[in-house]
Amino acid sequence: MNDDAQTPLLRVRNVTKTYGGRIGCADVSFDLWPGEVLGVVGESGSGKSTLLGVLAGQLVPDRGEVIFDTRADGPRDTITMSEPERRMLARTDWAFVHQNPRDGLRMNISAGGNVGERLMAVGARHYGNIRSAAADWLGRVEIDELRIDDRPQAFSGGMQQRLQIARNLVTGPRLVFMDEPTGGLDVSVQARLLDLLRGLVRDMGLSAIVVTHDLAVVRLLADRLMVMKSGRVVEAGLTDQVLDDPQHAYTQLLVSSVLQV
Amino acid sequence: MTDQAYNFTYLDEQTKRMIRRAILKGIAIPGYQVPFASREMPMPYGWGTGGVQVSAACLVPEDVFKVIDQGADDTTNAVSIRKFFARTAGVATTEHTGEATIIQTRHRIPEEPLTEDQILVYQVPIPEPLRFLEPRETETRKMHALEEYGLMHVKLYEDIARHGHIATAYAYPVKVEGRYVMDPSPIPKFDNPKLDGSPAIQLFGAGREQRIYAIPPYTKVVSLDFEDHPFEASKADHPCDLCGAENSYLDEVIIDDAGSRMFVCSDTDFCNSRQALGHRGRLSPEDAA
Amino acid sequence: MIEIENLSKSFMLHNQGGAVLEVLQGASLTVAPGECVALTGNSGAGKSTLMRMIYGNYLAQAGHIRVGGVDVASAEPREILTLRREVLGYVSQFLRVVPRVPTREVVAEPLLALGREKGEALARAEALLTRLNIPESLWSLSPTTFSGGEQQRVNIARGFVRDWPALLLDEPTASLDPTNREVVLSLIEEAKARGAAIIGIFHDTEARARVADREIDVSVFAPAAA
Repeated sequence: MNDDAQTPLLRVRNVTKTYGGRIGCADVSFDLWPGEVLGVVGESGSGKSTLLGVLAGQLVPDRGEVIFDTRADGPRDTITMSEPERRMLARTDWAFVHQNPRDGLRMNISAGGNVGERLMAVGARHYGNIRSAAADWLGRVEIDELRIDDRPQAFSGGMQQRLQIARNLVTGPRLVFMDEPTGGLDVSVQARLLDLLRGLVRDMGLSAIVVTHDLAVVRLLADRLMVMKSGRVVEAGLTDQVLDDPQHAYTQLLVSSVLQV
Repeated sequence: MTDQAYNFTYLDEQTKRMIRRAILKGIAIPGYQVPFASREMPMPYGWGTGGVQVSAACLVPEDVFKVIDQGADDTTNAVSIRKFFARTAGVATTEHTGEATIIQTRHRIPEEPLTEDQILVYQVPIPEPLRFLEPRETETRKMHALEEYGLMHVKLYEDIARHGHIATAYAYPVKVEGRYVMDPSPIPKFDNPKLDGSPAIQLFGAGREQRIYAIPPYTKVVSLDFEDHPFEASKADHPCDLCGAENSYLDEVIIDDAGSRMFVCSDTDFCNSRQALGHRGRLSPEDAA
Repeated sequence: MIEIENLSKSFMLHNQGGAVLEVLQGASLTVAPGECVALTGNSGAGKSTLMRMIYGNYLAQAGHIRVGGVDVASAEPREILTLRREVLGYVSQFLRVVPRVPTREVVAEPLLALGREKGEALARAEALLTRLNIPESLWSLSPTTFSGGEQQRVNIARGFVRDWPALLLDEPTASLDPTNREVVLSLIEEAKARGAAIIGIFHDTEARARVADREIDVSVFAPAAA
């Protein structure tokens, strides 16, 4: 395999988003390659969620380019493409895993319906096939198939999060945005989720952008890391290199502030 | 005789022009919900204020007006709306489907096939078919605009998952002319096939929600379904106990304290006309002959 | 296979008054395929630092680190990731894994990352675990609960599960009993025999003498006292 012949899945250039006079994120640029997991860390207010919102097409930046390598037409700037195209990407080639599963699930719809929605959104019209795809995905995220008709309200926090992942991955997306995917979960549940995500990323060849403030999560999940402070990227590199040999003062502070166990 | 205290059909001319513009837009974009400035009417919301405003905007002095509620001409709602226009517009009224030029309806489509000379006006409580799945109006409007209708099938999926079949029995969603998904108002799904290719103009008015939409004559209207769970226009599996009709939509009526039941056509005009022609059912009165 | 040229490393401690620690200066060495080079020197001389730099874990200030044609000192992160996946193995002293992942999958992971078929990868992992005397009853458990010696052997199994062309070994025989030490030494000898270029740190002098072809004293790379 010759990596140099590939095109980056996502090419981000000079993305800037302000809220009034306040900086959300400023001059962020990076490439994400197929199969890569990029972690974005920083404290609250560092701009990491703003950046994720811009990349996922939920926020409009003041300037910059977000060029996604579409299946049909090759690299396209998702900021200037039409809204229908962007929304189509959002429910086919992209996935968004919210920190709070309630934001990513329909709580009054059964688990099967939640997983099946994206299939139906892209035109699946055979109930039996939709249902068996949903059952298959529940299995892959370790939810008992017998619970296919239960609503997410009846699920634990960890199960809800896994259901959200199944719902997102059922259409075989290529790029997954994750906003604090393990936030709010018990430590033991976090580990299970991380393991599941790693397996899915590897088996499906997914690329992912994971926003979190948890350095342990990125060490286990991310190939590369970007450190943000006050809306800007202060350091970027291989995850273990940034964590073990941080160059920027802020990263050094961040790394040394983590409690060792 | 028109009550001189009111303008013709109660509404002022400017308001009627505004409503007509909304109707024309609705006809131009079949199934699309057109916002309009719904007026206060001298009846409560839920009693057909949307339908009444659409009827008021359509009526001309030569019209013959009919109102049905659940198929019946003689229920309170039907009688009061009929009287309302008899008084404010002085138009002729009828209970016979074939004689009417404008028929306002709640929850039914007449059994007798409609013609090109007729307008059917539906009273609509909730015009947005996606409402129960996506409460945000901003989002549902966007979904209509971008034809993102996967969610509608999620509702049908949930039906099958829970009941083993599509249990939605009324207000069954349809796709109009291959474009907009539309709530046909709470008609029984038995009536859905009558929406398709109808020669009559079909207008829908939602007063509280301030929306008008329309199906022009001879428009393709398809009920949503799954390949392996196709749409079925079901009805009670009985003939009418009064007129013996095999293919009309039936009401179930409890007739004594022992729980005995009878099934009768919900379309009273249809049933009466058949009986007048000598058709008889299981419980027809002996002396009626 | 591994060529290090004029390599320098210092640490800038921003949060401790901007103190600068000079660790290496002008380090150069070469390791040929089939050769094992041992890094020596007192604790703090920079053995582990040098090894981490070769792996791309620490950044270089100046110089070159060429591993199989890639200059780790200046490569893009994804080139280093490819290098680690395809060329360069590393047995560290620490085992960092997601809790809950069974030992056999931890060991098989480098093969799975290469896209090898799962059954084949697991079979290879199990063969190595057997050889390193990890009881079969532990294979389905996460190594996070294991003793220090067991974790070390899991780490070694992971490092030898595939035939890396280049291999870094940080104290591979520490905390091992004689039987397992013997297994590890023969694994190293086999790796050399198939042509792997190896750099190792061995406090165990006998082990070092047995597998290393050359020794390089890292303290010669220490910067001249300012």
